[in-house]
Amino acid sequence: MAPASVTPGLAPEVSHAPMRLRQAIALLSLVGFLVSLYLWLHALGVIGELKCGTGSCEVVQSSSYARVAGVPVALFGVVGYLALFVTALIGLQPSFLPKRNLSVLLAALATGGLLFTGYLTYLEAFVIHAWCRWCLGSAGIITVIWVAALAGVRQSDRPTVRP
Amino acid sequence: MKRFYWLLAAVLLGGLAWIWIGSKSSGTGTEWVAETKVPETKADSQFTGYVMGSDTAPVEVVEYADFECPICAAWGSVQFPVIKQQLIAAGKLRWRLRDFPLPPTTHLWSRLSAHAVACASEQGKAWEMIDALFAHHRMWSQRPENPEKLFRGWAQDLVGLDMAKYDACMATGRYRGRIQYSREEGEARQVRGTPTFFVNGREWTLRDVSSDAFQHVVDSILAQRRRR
Repeated sequence: MAPASVTPGLAPEVSHAPMRLRQAIALLSLVGFLVSLYLWLHALGVIGELKCGTGSCEVVQSSSYARVAGVPVALFGVVGYLALFVTALIGLQPSFLPKRNLSVLLAALATGGLLFTGYLTYLEAFVIHAWCRWCLGSAGIITVIWVAALAGVRQSDRPTVRP
Repeated sequence: MKRFYWLLAAVLLGGLAWIWIGSKSSGTGTEWVAETKVPETKADSQFTGYVMGSDTAPVEVVEYADFECPICAAWGSVQFPVIKQQLIAAGKLRWRLRDFPLPPTTHLWSRLSAHAVACASEQGKAWEMIDALFAHHRMWSQRPENPEKLFRGWAQDLVGLDMAKYDACMATGRYRGRIQYSREEGEARQVRGTPTFFVNGREWTLRDVSSDAFQHVVDSILAQRRRR
């Protein structure tokens, strides 16, 4: 049997798996943050036109559903992805890597994001009848983050001490 | 681990650079889709929108609309006829429609359609032209093909315009400045999307924009006036 792989600088009982998952979450949430930032800057009028290709970004972003209580929806994305990114980075620190609480927190944040994204995607499909490819991209990102976060919780449920 | 942080830094810098470059670039297109800054003329500034309803109506709604916007079309086809029948015809409400063409990235024909309506308005048939555009919305909106011929056909067959005058109006593009002025007026009023409504000068912030909601708001304004 091959010896268990360990991360240099970490205690030998800590496996690569949680680290890889949190790295993936950090990377994806950074991309999601940039997408949300782009849409938010557009909502603020800093960016004149959305680069949308064949989608209907302007239709979606110009609809009354693009704001919640006057706040651009994209700002929720900026804050949410930033929270995920920072949490994942903290979780990558050697002292936090084995902590189950951080995996649970990541999963909770990702679940909140996934539910909110699900609602927005529903609006695009059945109310606005238009698709914004940036929003769909964000929906894909948060879905993958959610899967990774759940996998992280499952990983942390397993015993980490190796023979 | 170090390589991972370098990767994060590269993604962050690349993304920010992309956003920065995107914010600097502007749309291009034909004379109709370009957002040219046309000098405001006296005639443009005196135009205050397409008006329907009595001058003495106690409530006025100003709508900022883009004829290519699907929500405007759906709303204009479903909710507006009810408002027209129940509130405008009853003398309770006056409707003022202002152009707010959305950017040409996805709304190539906003300004062309707004200009077709402006040319119909020369002959007193702006609302009929708007109805024709909304009724056939799927045939022309958010498509790459220039719908100028479609508009001309509807102007002739459905609206019944004098086509010599219509053609001359469209050829000169004489209302482009007026449309741009209306857009800039909307921007000054913080209009960010379409349709946006102002009721007696106050922005409609309710999510519900149904005819029932308008009926309720108009009735409450009228009740308030009666109490004074």
